[in-house]
Amino acid sequence: MHIIDRRLDPGGKSLANRQRFIRRARSLVRQAVREASGARKIREVDEGGAVSIPADGVHEPSFRPSREGGMREHVLPGNKEFVAGDRIPRPKQGGGAGSEGSPDGEGEDQFSFVLSRDEFLDLFLEDLELPNLAKRQIMGDAQEKRHPAGFRTSGPPASLSVPRTLRKSLSRRIALRRPSPAELAALRQEIEEAEAGGADAEKLAALRAQLERQERRSRSVPFIDPIDLRFRRIEVTPEPIARAAMFCLMDVSSSMDEHMKDLAKRFFSLLYLFLTRRYRRVEIVFIRHTHEAKEVDEETFFHSRESGGTVISSALEEMAKIAAARFPADQWNIYAAQASDGDNLSSDNARTVALLRNTILPVSQYYAYLQVGRGDPDHEDGVFPRQETALWRAYKEILRPDLPMAMRKVNSRRDIYPVFRELFERKAEKERSD
Amino acid sequence: MSVVRKPKAAGRKGLLFETRDWDFSTLSRIYETLEEMAETELGLSTYRNQIEVITSEQMLDAYASTGMPMFYKHWSFGKHFVRNETLYRKGWQGLAYEIVINSDPCIVYIMEENSATMQTLVLAHAAFGHNHFFKNNYAFRQWTDASSILDYLAFAKSYIAACEDRYGHEAVERVLDAAHALMSHGIHRYPGKHAPDLNSEQRRQQERADYAEKNFNVLWRTLPKTAGRKQRKPDEERRRALLGLPEENILYFLEKSAPRLAPWQREILRIVRQIAQYFYPQRQTKVMNEGCATFVHYTMMTRLHQQGRISDGAFMEFLHSHSSVIMQPDFDDRRYGGINPYSLGFAMMQDIERIATEPTPEDRQVFPDFAGCGDPFGVLKDAWANYRDESFVLQFLSPALIRKHRLFHLVDEEEEDELVVGSIHDERGYKAVRQALSRQFDVSRQDPDIQVVDVNLAGDRRLLLRHHVVDGVTLDKADATKVLQHLANLWGYDVRLVEADDGATYATHDASPSNLFQ
Repeated sequence: MHIIDRRLDPGGKSLANRQRFIRRARSLVRQAVREASGARKIREVDEGGAVSIPADGVHEPSFRPSREGGMREHVLPGNKEFVAGDRIPRPKQGGGAGSEGSPDGEGEDQFSFVLSRDEFLDLFLEDLELPNLAKRQIMGDAQEKRHPAGFRTSGPPASLSVPRTLRKSLSRRIALRRPSPAELAALRQEIEEAEAGGADAEKLAALRAQLERQERRSRSVPFIDPIDLRFRRIEVTPEPIARAAMFCLMDVSSSMDEHMKDLAKRFFSLLYLFLTRRYRRVEIVFIRHTHEAKEVDEETFFHSRESGGTVISSALEEMAKIAAARFPADQWNIYAAQASDGDNLSSDNARTVALLRNTILPVSQYYAYLQVGRGDPDHEDGVFPRQETALWRAYKEILRPDLPMAMRKVNSRRDIYPVFRELFERKAEKERSD
Repeated sequence: MSVVRKPKAAGRKGLLFETRDWDFSTLSRIYETLEEMAETELGLSTYRNQIEVITSEQMLDAYASTGMPMFYKHWSFGKHFVRNETLYRKGWQGLAYEIVINSDPCIVYIMEENSATMQTLVLAHAAFGHNHFFKNNYAFRQWTDASSILDYLAFAKSYIAACEDRYGHEAVERVLDAAHALMSHGIHRYPGKHAPDLNSEQRRQQERADYAEKNFNVLWRTLPKTAGRKQRKPDEERRRALLGLPEENILYFLEKSAPRLAPWQREILRIVRQIAQYFYPQRQTKVMNEGCATFVHYTMMTRLHQQGRISDGAFMEFLHSHSSVIMQPDFDDRRYGGINPYSLGFAMMQDIERIATEPTPEDRQVFPDFAGCGDPFGVLKDAWANYRDESFVLQFLSPALIRKHRLFHLVDEEEEDELVVGSIHDERGYKAVRQALSRQFDVSRQDPDIQVVDVNLAGDRRLLLRHHVVDGVTLDKADATKVLQHLANLWGYDVRLVEADDGATYATHDASPSNLFQ
C-alpha cells in the first residue's frame, strides 16, 4: 500500500477541457455574456460570474429511449395503500411516476456555469478596439522590464546562482567545521610519518581516531546541501508607458435626475473597464458641473446633488486646465466622456463648441458625448418627437469623420451596451481604406 | 442488522485515533488495521491499493474525467467540469468522499477534508469493498484488464494529443463528437471467440465424435441425399456474413468497415470504444458494486467499534453518514429520485447475511440452497463474484425484503388513461415484483437494441440499421436524428435507421453525410 499526497500537485488539470468547452460554445457564451451584463449592475460586470446558455447548443446526443409512448414498468418503494389491480390516474407531466427530473439538471433547457473574470471580459469586450490607439503607440505599448531583485531559496534550475550557492555552502562548511581535503591529507601524512618514524602506539592511535572522526564529519556534512541553494530572483515591472487619463464630465444640475445619472454612470464604468483592458494605468478625473465646474471624487460625482444653471463650457475649461497641468498630451492618452441631458445656457453653446474644437479635441484620443434621456417611451417615439437639444445641434455641426469624436443618445439602460459597442466596434473596412 | 459476533480482544489495542484530525501515520494505522480485518476476518481478496490524498479542486478535476487520473481532452469534459464546479461552488452539490478506480494497483482518491472517521469509512468502502468487487466479479474479469487500463489511457491521451497537433483541433473534435454520440453502441456485449488452442480443439473434436457414435443410426443412411445446401445459400446472406453483419457494436463496425475513414480516425473510434467497454461492467453492477462496498464498510466499522478501536462518538458520526448514504425515500416523497443502488444493494446483502444465519421458514422455502448455512460471507462472496445487478436481484431479492421496502409494480400502457398497479408485496406478487425489478436493472433493456443489419457495398452503399423496438418504446427523435447525422458523416454515405418490432414499423430515420471527414 502506498499513500500519496497529491494535494500539492499542480492544479488546473481541467483547464484545457474548460477552454475547449468555451471555444466550442463561444457564440452562445458571447450572447449569454452580453445578456448577463445587461441584467447585472455595471460595477459587477468585470467580476465574471454565472451565465446560462441554451443547453441545446452543447447537448451531447445519444441513441436513447424517448420518454413517451410504449409500455413502461416501474418498481417503486413505499407502497401505502395500493393493492394489485388498482388504477391510478396518470401524473400530469411525463410518462409514469419514474420520470422525475434528473438530479444533475441535465436535460434542462438552460446550462449555467461560472466564467472567470478574464474569460468574461474577453468575451464581453471581444471585437472592440480603442480608436486612435495606434497614434500614441509610438511611445511604446505596454512593456515589461525584468530586473534582478536579490535571491531566493527556490526556483527553476536555470536561475541557480552558483557563486551565491557556493558562498552559502562555504560558510556552512566552516560553521560545521567540515575538514577540507587539505586538512585530511595533512593528517594522513602525519600518520604516515608517525608510522614510519616509529612513534609510540598511543599517539598513533590518537591520530588515527582523529582521522576517522574527521572523515566521518566530512561524510556527514555534505559539500552542498539543499539549504545552500540560492536562485536569482527576477522581478517584472511594467514600464509606465501606456497610460491613459479618462475624464468623466457630467452635468449635475437639477434637470439631471437619478435615472439619467445612472445611465451616465453605466457608460463611464464601461469605458473605464475597457480602458483598463488596454492600458496598464488608467487615471480617472471626475468633473461635474452646473454653472461652474469642479473636480470631485467618485462618490460626490455620482451621489451629491447641486443646484444651479448649466454652463457646459465651464467643465471643458476645467478639463483643459487639468489636462495641461497633470496629463501632458505627449505622455498621456486622453479620453473624455461627457454626459448631459442636452440642456445648456443658450449663450454658452458657441463658447463650448469653440473650446471643444480648439482645445480639447486636439489633445484627446477620443471624445464621446452621451446625451441621456428620461427613458420615457412616450417621449421617445411619441406623436410629437422632441426637438433636438441646442447642444446636440451645436455638437453635430463640428462632427467630422476625421475628428476623434462621437455622440449618441441613450434613453434606457439596455441601450448602453449596444451604444458602447457601436462607438468602439472594430472598424475593419475603415482600417483597410486608411 | 448485522450479526453481532463476540468482540475479539476488545480494547486490546486501543483507539485508532482520538480526534477528527488525521495525518499520514493515522492513515496507515487505519489502513493496516482494516487490511488485517479484511484478510483474516472477512476473507476479502483485493488488488494492492494506492491511496491518494487530494483536494476538492482535484476532486472536481477527477469528476470531469470520469474519475480517471488521466484522459484525453475534449470539450464535453470541460462542460461537465464547469457544471460540477458551478453546482459545488453554489453549494447545491457536495463532492464525493472518494473515487476508486478499477485498476491494479487500485487507486483510491480520498479527500483531505474528510475527518478521521470518514477516512476510515472511505478506506473500508473503496479500498476493500469496491476493490474486492472489481477483482472478483465476473463482469470485470471478463471485460476489463485492470493492470493495463492506466497505460491504455496514457496511450489514448498522447495519441489524441498527437492527432490534434497533426490534423488540428477541429478535425479531431469532430471525430470525437461523432464517436461519443455512438459510445453507448460501441460495446461488445458478448465475449468473442477465443483463439483456438490445441487442447480444447482436441477435446471438442473428441466430444463430437462421441456424440456421433452415441447417436449413430443406420436408418439415417437410407434417406435420399438432398441437393447440396451450400450451393443454395443465397449470396445475400454470404455477403452479410463476410461483413460480420448483423453487428450491434456500431463503432466496431465503422472502425473496421467504414470506407472513407483515415487510419487515425479509425484509431480514435477504437479508443472511444475501448473506453466504453471498460466502463460497461460498472453500469451492469451498480447495485452490487455499491452494495458490496457499503456492506463491507458497515461490517468493518461495526467490528472496529466492537473491538474498541473507534470511539462511540466516531461511531455515531459514521452512522450518521452511513444512514444518509442508504436513505431510500418513498416513491411519493419529494426527494424520490429512483431506487437508491446503495440502499437496495446494502439491504439485499444484509438480508442474505440474515438468511444464512437466522432464516425464517419462508426463507428456507425460497432459498433452500443457503438458508441457515451459517456462512454468510461464503454466500456473499459467491454472489459478488458470479452475478450482476439483473441476475442478483432475480436470484436474491427475498419476499421479506419486498415487504420491508413495500415494493410494488406499476404498469404504464400508452393507450390506457390510468396506470395499473401490477403487483404488490403479497404472496401473489413477489415473483412479478422481483422480475420487474430485475428487468429495470437490465442494461441490455435500458440501451436500445440497435444493429447494423445491411449495407449494399456494390450499389449506393447505404447503411441500414434496425432498432429492435421493445414494448413499443421508440428512440428520442431529436437525439436519434443528431446521432444518425454523426453516423452518416463517419460512414460517408447515406444511413437509414428503421425502428420496428416483429409486428410493426414505428419510424424510419434517414441521414446523408453533410460534412465529410477529410
